[in-house]
Amino acid sequence: MPEALALSAPRRATAVLGEASAAWFLVAPAGIALFLLLLGPSAALLALSFSDWELGAPTLAWIGFENYAELATDPVFRAALSNTLVYVRVVMPASIGLGLGVALLIESGTRLRAFFRAVYFLPVVSLLVAMATAWQYLLHPTIGPVNKLLAMVGIAPVNWLGSSDWVMVSLCMIGVWENLGFVVVLFLAGLTAIPADLYAAAETDGARSGLDRFRLVTWPLLGPTTLFVVTITAIRCLRVFDTVAALTRGGPNNASEVLLHMMYREGFSYFRIGYSAAITVVFLVIVLALMLVQTRLLDRQVHYG
Amino acid sequence: MRAEGGRAILIEGVEKAFGATRVLKGVSLTLRQGEFMALVGPSGCGKTTLLRIVAGLESADAGRVVIGGRDVTRARPADRDIAMVFQNYALYPHLTVAQNLAVPLAMRRLSALERLPLVHRLVPGNAARRRAIAARVGEAAAMLRIAHLLDRRPGQLSGGQRQRVALGRALVREPAAFLMDEPLSNLDAELRAGTRQEIVDLHRRAGVTTIYVTHDQVEAMTMADRVAVMMEGEVLQLGTPREVYDDPCDIRVAGFLGSPRINALPGIATENGVSLGTLALPLRAAAAPGSAVTIGLRPEAIRVAPLGLACRVEHLEYLGAETLLHARLEAPEARIVARLPVAAGEGLSRGDAVRLGADWERALVFGADGKRLALHQAARIDA
Ligand SMILES: Nc1ncnc2c1ncn2[C@@H]1O[C@H](COP(=O)(O)OP(=O)(O)OP(=O)(O)O)[C@@H](O)[C@H]1O
Ligand SMILES: [Mg+2]
Repeated sequence: MPEALALSAPRRATAVLGEASAAWFLVAPAGIALFLLLLGPSAALLALSFSDWELGAPTLAWIGFENYAELATDPVFRAALSNTLVYVRVVMPASIGLGLGVALLIESGTRLRAFFRAVYFLPVVSLLVAMATAWQYLLHPTIGPVNKLLAMVGIAPVNWLGSSDWVMVSLCMIGVWENLGFVVVLFLAGLTAIPADLYAAAETDGARSGLDRFRLVTWPLLGPTTLFVVTITAIRCLRVFDTVAALTRGGPNNASEVLLHMMYREGFSYFRIGYSAAITVVFLVIVLALMLVQTRLLDRQVHYG
Repeated sequence: MRAEGGRAILIEGVEKAFGATRVLKGVSLTLRQGEFMALVGPSGCGKTTLLRIVAGLESADAGRVVIGGRDVTRARPADRDIAMVFQNYALYPHLTVAQNLAVPLAMRRLSALERLPLVHRLVPGNAARRRAIAARVGEAAAMLRIAHLLDRRPGQLSGGQRQRVALGRALVREPAAFLMDEPLSNLDAELRAGTRQEIVDLHRRAGVTTIYVTHDQVEAMTMADRVAVMMEGEVLQLGTPREVYDDPCDIRVAGFLGSPRINALPGIATENGVSLGTLALPLRAAAAPGSAVTIGLRPEAIRVAPLGLACRVEHLEYLGAETLLHARLEAPEARIVARLPVAAGEGLSRGDAVRLGADWERALVFGADGKRLALHQAARIDA
């Protein structure tokens, strides 16, 4: 019966090629594109990470795991890895927590919703390098308005981007500013998808306080959105690069070195492509692990069949 | 039964406008304790809005709502002691059926602290209260025959099962009033008929005052003690199913109830009756002679009669137990639908001339404004 319903073109293909080869034939275009655009470059990257190739060098030697061994003892890499993880651990929860709060406030208000939505999305669409210049001015140790404001309340000036104690704090603040709007917009979309009747039901069921309704309806129904936001924000944070490149170049003294910036420096300043590829592989492994945690563990808990 | 005592509901002069649209134009209704009232009316007439105002989910611009002797016009929904069944069920998708049923109890019987996961174990007396809630949930589930579904989530249930869970969530508590907004409208015809009877039985057992919104007149007529017919933001008539059907106060009420619709024939009031074309009917309506009136005649009051009005058959609908005859009255120009025994419809076909008579004593006379006119004496003629 199902065969009778099938379209005639695939049937002719199966008749000529047999079912299995017809299947290969049909997935081929997508498969080739996938290989050329994603799997091929990744494989090349992995291969390069086992070589000592330098940009422009006519030859290369296979050196096995030497790049990785060097990474394990490289203090700069250790700083970059730990700074990146600190950045993720601070910026991700802060921007998600703040973003959810802002989204709830905007959603519960009646007017100016579109206005706030646009304002919060501004950092996302603006060119970060240009914005970084603005931050550089704001945080300037002598002429920056931030320090002038602090001086007015009697706090000594801080060398925001120049001192190794403060540089990660500054980068994290900028990171939250950068991610907040993105998170807010995603949460707003998630909130509008919650049926209003559920809130009505919660109220008649006796959920008096806003907190009760948040726990009974909003938070669980935002589950899929939250999961998506967590994953995407974690990856955006892991990927931190432009602010570092524009504002600190990893300094002072590697205090703000992060994975992708180090990779960029090794590859395009020192031309050590093999070493740079090894850093990228580490980065990809972290991202993949994150995706696996999402799909395997959390996904099951937030989608209600 | 006193209107304001016990668990009665009093709705008084409720008005509501959304922007410039006046949705409710002064609605007043009184429900006796334990009464099952159906609120019917065409789509958009304000039924849901009225129900939401009674529930406290919408605020009234004017008027007041009294539930169980307490003025709740300004009270929050949670403080009104009502339970509501929503048209699309509004079940919590992330909770199991058992948890869904427990929500109204947990919200009222447990403190905020006791509702927190893990922490609740530290609160004294908590375990006993939780057991009581579980027991009550079990009872309600058994009553609705959903005990085997308690561990499922709403997404894993059929429409009929979800509907039961929604009913169950209202039933676990014993509220002062049930508010139901078209709870059966998403079910297929067979399931609807079965559940209809079940709701009536449940109501009889629990005896809770109920407002049941529907635009299905069969539901309204079969389930309710009294029917309130609402149109364009006003309650036109409130009465028993018999009263609103046999004795409608307005042509719109008469037109809304009954399927096929009541026939509306254009007549003229005369000195001693009403004239319908060449026919003089001794329906002495309270109308000035010469004024236009509408004669309302139910399809089942019409029959084929040799001395009746001359009509032409437009088409016939054979329904098995009966035949609906759609005909055109020639003078005055009007359409007529008659509900005939199958035998009477036999041999008729499109275009045939046919003479239709009626039990004229069952005719209703309405004035030009649509209001029902009183008749001075019962009519009796042979046509
Ligand atoms: N929040 C709102 N804002 C503006 N207009 C509204 C709102 N809610 C309802 N209305 C309007 O009020 C009128 C009555 O709506 P309501 O939902 O009460 O109708 P109903 O009788 O329940 O209809 P149905 O049988 O289709 O459910 C409609 O014209 C509707 O457009
Ligand atoms: Mg409605």
